[in-house]
Amino acid sequence: MSSKAEILNRIKLNQPDLVTDLPDLSLLGSEDFDILETYKTVLKGIGGDPVEVSDYSEIINYIKSNYNLQKRLITTLPELSEIASLDWNNVDPHSLQDVELTVVKAHFGVAENSALWVTDDILGQRISPFIAQYLAIIVHKNDIVRTMQQAYERIGNQEYGFGTFIAGPSKTADIEQSLVLGAHGARGLIVFLLD
Amino acid sequence: MSSEKIIQHSEAAAKFNKDVERVNWHDETLWFVRAKRDKSAHQINDWELLRETASKIKANVLSNIHDYLVEFEANAQKNGIIVHWAADAKEHNEIVHSIMAKHDVKQMVKSKSMLTEECHLNDYLAEKGIEVIDSDLGEYIVQLRKEPPSHIVLPAIHLKKEDVSETFHEHLGTEKGNFDPQYLTESARHSLRNTFLTRKAALTGVNFAIAETGEFVVCTNEGNADMGAHLADVHIACMGFEKLIPQRRHLGVFLRLLARSATGQPITTFSSHFKKPRDGKELHIVIVDNGRSKQLGREDFRNSLKCIRCGACMNTCPVYRRSGGHSYHNAVAGPIGSILAPNLDMSKNADLPFASTLCGSCTNVCPVKIDIHDQLYKWRQVLVKDGYTPKAKTIAMKTMAAVLANPTIFNIAGKSGRFVMKNVPSMVNNKMNKWYDQREMPDVPEQSFREWYKKNSRESKAKDNEQ
Repeated sequence: MSSKAEILNRIKLNQPDLVTDLPDLSLLGSEDFDILETYKTVLKGIGGDPVEVSDYSEIINYIKSNYNLQKRLITTLPELSEIASLDWNNVDPHSLQDVELTVVKAHFGVAENSALWVTDDILGQRISPFIAQYLAIIVHKNDIVRTMQQAYERIGNQEYGFGTFIAGPSKTADIEQSLVLGAHGARGLIVFLLD
Repeated sequence: MSSEKIIQHSEAAAKFNKDVERVNWHDETLWFVRAKRDKSAHQINDWELLRETASKIKANVLSNIHDYLVEFEANAQKNGIIVHWAADAKEHNEIVHSIMAKHDVKQMVKSKSMLTEECHLNDYLAEKGIEVIDSDLGEYIVQLRKEPPSHIVLPAIHLKKEDVSETFHEHLGTEKGNFDPQYLTESARHSLRNTFLTRKAALTGVNFAIAETGEFVVCTNEGNADMGAHLADVHIACMGFEKLIPQRRHLGVFLRLLARSATGQPITTFSSHFKKPRDGKELHIVIVDNGRSKQLGREDFRNSLKCIRCGACMNTCPVYRRSGGHSYHNAVAGPIGSILAPNLDMSKNADLPFASTLCGSCTNVCPVKIDIHDQLYKWRQVLVKDGYTPKAKTIAMKTMAAVLANPTIFNIAGKSGRFVMKNVPSMVNNKMNKWYDQREMPDVPEQSFREWYKKNSRESKAKDNEQ
């Protein structure tokens, strides 16, 4: 017998006789709070920086004055072509190792934990938000949902090869529980909250 | 059954307790994490409902796991993922090695996977000439020190920054005496970045696998699983079969609970959903049994398979905090490890269910409501009945049972006990008697309650009056 058949047989023999019902999820996620304020507070609490902007030109100006444009900046947003390159979708992902800043736009954000949902179609390459020294993610203010409950309602049956929630910069506290930002991924995360 | 000598938990704990200052620090550090968990949980109105819901979802999974596994495999294969099944640790290791061999790859970068610790994958691959580098910072530190992780979420929690500094000085050439966590983390970042950029194979664990979609989710704060997986040609994800959940929307429940229970964060920095391989790359999943189906058949213990590996039960456990993860001699330490380990090997791990005060704090914080302390108590009964506990304890327990069952013997035993303790205390107050380790006995009373009651109860007083 193959291991698969053997394992499945044993499981069938040993699992409880009665299948218990799945619980009702509709009661969850009913917390009441100010979505935008909560989003910003939680993001700051986990080491990210919220920046409210009214349009892309404000984003461009912010990046110009806060990052070294001589370094490699990449994006998947044509609106930012003035400051970041768009021609890296098909390069060897290893060649992105010198990227200083990646800028992408999230499908939506989640207020309760400040996470942003991104999938491979908007990341250009899966590695892009991880390999850059710094990360900036744009999200529309009205694209922020309350909790993870609403987040998965929104994702629904969305098709993707890879998707991830990103909440704050990469971090570790593995040395004596001292928080250090910038473990292996981005050292900082700017979230542009767009009107 | 292995013949290697296992140091019993109590013995290892006694050693750990020799450095009082360090034990106090370990205790306080973990309690600090527990306190962060509380703060975070209390901010969620739905918290108790979330725990209840998560527990019910997992109960449904366990009662229908055969069908969910079949569904998961079919969907994963549709997504282009290659699925393997491993009956035990040996087969798991062989499968991983065969994938490496097929691609002729000799180096692997690994993110945190307690399953590979359970299977001793690193040792196996090393014997086959394959170098494995653990990329989670805590795991990287303990790997350099040739130690196992002491905690499933905080692998290097038993170490102080001075220890890490010395280890990094030796292996990475960092400045001697510089134990600034920022500096040390930065050094590891540089070293591991080079690892990520040069490895063709990456192995990750799995936090949740979704039957409905055939995708799986990996949660990290450091981004190390993603750095490895998205740069490698081959990504191998290893999971115990109990990681399955029915539907994608159930992640909304588990991701709200996991990080809050683990460290008090609202969510891990990255919650990555892997559904399909990158174009031209390979994605493998190894589904492992290794005793899990047996545990599924133990009615009293099957709920232990609900565990989502948050580590909350360790952080809160007064015994774990004061004995350290290594004293549990098992990949998963603490209360949950102590109910999983005897299933893997009863004789090796018979001491673990006794490494508890049964205070119940673990059960109170468990995000999927596993009755951990009840199971510890039940394991004790199984282990004693099956003869896995030390002889001295078994004899003592049997004697105790005989004494308690017979009022006359009980009476005599009580009297002679009081006499001995009062007149020849050295007969009991000595090294042979474990009860005297770090304990002072109370003064011996003049009489037993029974004797007092005989004299003072209403009936006996009435009798006295009659006379």
